[in-house]
Amino acid sequence: MLLLEQVLNGLQLGVMLFLLAAGLTLVLGIMNLVNLAHGSLYMVGAFIAASAAQWTDSFLLGLLIALPATALVGIAVEIIALRQLYDRDHLDQVLATFGLILFFNEAVAMIWGPRALFIDPPSWLSGAVEILPGAPYPAFRLAILAVGLAVAGFLYWLVARTRLGMLIRAGASNREMVGALGVDIKRLYTLVFGLGAMLAALAGVMAGPIYAVEAGMGEQILIPAFVVVVIGGIGSIRGALVGAILVGTADTLGRAFLPGIFGAIMGPAAASGVGAALASMAIYILMAAVLVWRPRGLFPAHG
Amino acid sequence: MTEPLLKITGLTKAYGALLACDGVDLDIRRGEVHAVIGPNGAGKTTLIGQVAGELRPDSGQVGFAGRDITRLPVPARSILGLARSFQITSVFPRFSALDNVALAVQAHAGSGFGFWADARRETALREPALACLERVGLAGRARVPARTLAHGEQRQLELAMALATGPRLVLLDEPTAGMGREDSARMVDLLAGLKGEIAMLLVEHDMDAVFALADRISVMVGGRVIATGAPDEVRANAQVRRAYLGEDEAAPC
Repeated sequence: MLLLEQVLNGLQLGVMLFLLAAGLTLVLGIMNLVNLAHGSLYMVGAFIAASAAQWTDSFLLGLLIALPATALVGIAVEIIALRQLYDRDHLDQVLATFGLILFFNEAVAMIWGPRALFIDPPSWLSGAVEILPGAPYPAFRLAILAVGLAVAGFLYWLVARTRLGMLIRAGASNREMVGALGVDIKRLYTLVFGLGAMLAALAGVMAGPIYAVEAGMGEQILIPAFVVVVIGGIGSIRGALVGAILVGTADTLGRAFLPGIFGAIMGPAAASGVGAALASMAIYILMAAVLVWRPRGLFPAHG
Repeated sequence: MTEPLLKITGLTKAYGALLACDGVDLDIRRGEVHAVIGPNGAGKTTLIGQVAGELRPDSGQVGFAGRDITRLPVPARSILGLARSFQITSVFPRFSALDNVALAVQAHAGSGFGFWADARRETALREPALACLERVGLAGRARVPARTLAHGEQRQLELAMALATGPRLVLLDEPTAGMGREDSARMVDLLAGLKGEIAMLLVEHDMDAVFALADRISVMVGGRVIATGAPDEVRANAQVRRAYLGEDEAAPC
């Protein structure tokens, strides 16, 4: 029972990571831009949703306002700041987008104050569902899973079947060529960035009822999201999905069970230290193992 | 006298102390095949890069169809009818041959706000794409992923993609590079079939291909155009023979 619950928790974390990693991998794969500020869009989405939900007294309306609003914030950031960075090297991009993190954290603290906010899940999702007899599981977390899988399906359709998706895939494979064919890359970039910002906001809104909405929440999830991108292969949506599920379950199961497993072998005192340390390293060990096996990630989009 | 399709005046581009292009003047008439030849490092690829819009010249102008396009970005040039093929084969390896060409058609299919349309079912994209594949002799390979095409076929595909953008001028950077004799001859035939219809700026090392295709030839040495003229004139030009063509003929025997 505990195992099933933890697996579901892992999948749910994986789905959240996927929403972030999908935007991150597209931006990195197509625009060759390392965007540390992606987590800030996740945070901005959560804050806008918290305010809008309070104001309208409805979680769903908060969500519906936060998505386009964050997409607009993302588009503004792309046009004002990131366009200057595409031709720079990755170190410049890291420095500049780190600056954006500081800017957004400060801006959020100025607008919303230093206290953490909470978003109430809609009342019809606040209960628990019995997934197996005697094993209740929060309905909201199940809803996150469903939404995440639906978004994965939508992105798959978008990327694999539509004209826009063809351009995105072509752009990830050979940027210069796409431009030479007459595609306005700037507009494509802005569009893709807005899409990524919207996905990050979706993750942020869904994180609201589970974690606290506070300045700096983006950085905590940004690092595992980058691990997902590296494991999945840069530029690949499919890789982001598989990588996110792997990272989400490895992290959750590691934290839940590794201390116990080591406790059985080494005795509780030594084990709690080793187990906890290993658990927090689990996703990096996973990443190292995947990279040894496939140096360009599971589904590399280039070449 | 009608004005030329492409008019390059005083084009200059330096890399540090090296003048890769040094005041280049060059005209291409409508429908003309104009070859640029010269030894390695003469500045031919730098010239093409500036016409294509990938390199920004230090000074000088590029005029296309009566417009100054010196500062126009690459996609806008493509929309005006300026296509290019790359020195290194550039196709999208995971797409089928047909999808590669359809992408090129799509880029020129108006406003582009049919973003959500199903790309595979759209006959408005498929039919012109297939016609371009037929033109280069690849219609039978339409469904094959581009990465599994042979090298020669990939270059043909690249040409089909250039054609799909409805160009008035195609920039060809060594279209027969890395090809065997047979593939090379097929490419020359294909290009000869387009002669008169589409103007071409051809950079090529294979002199058989150059003399088979070109209406006029410009010779570049050290960043400068030292001669321009019909193939026979260029062949007979003493300066050219000394600087380039005659290298082996000039060797004492």
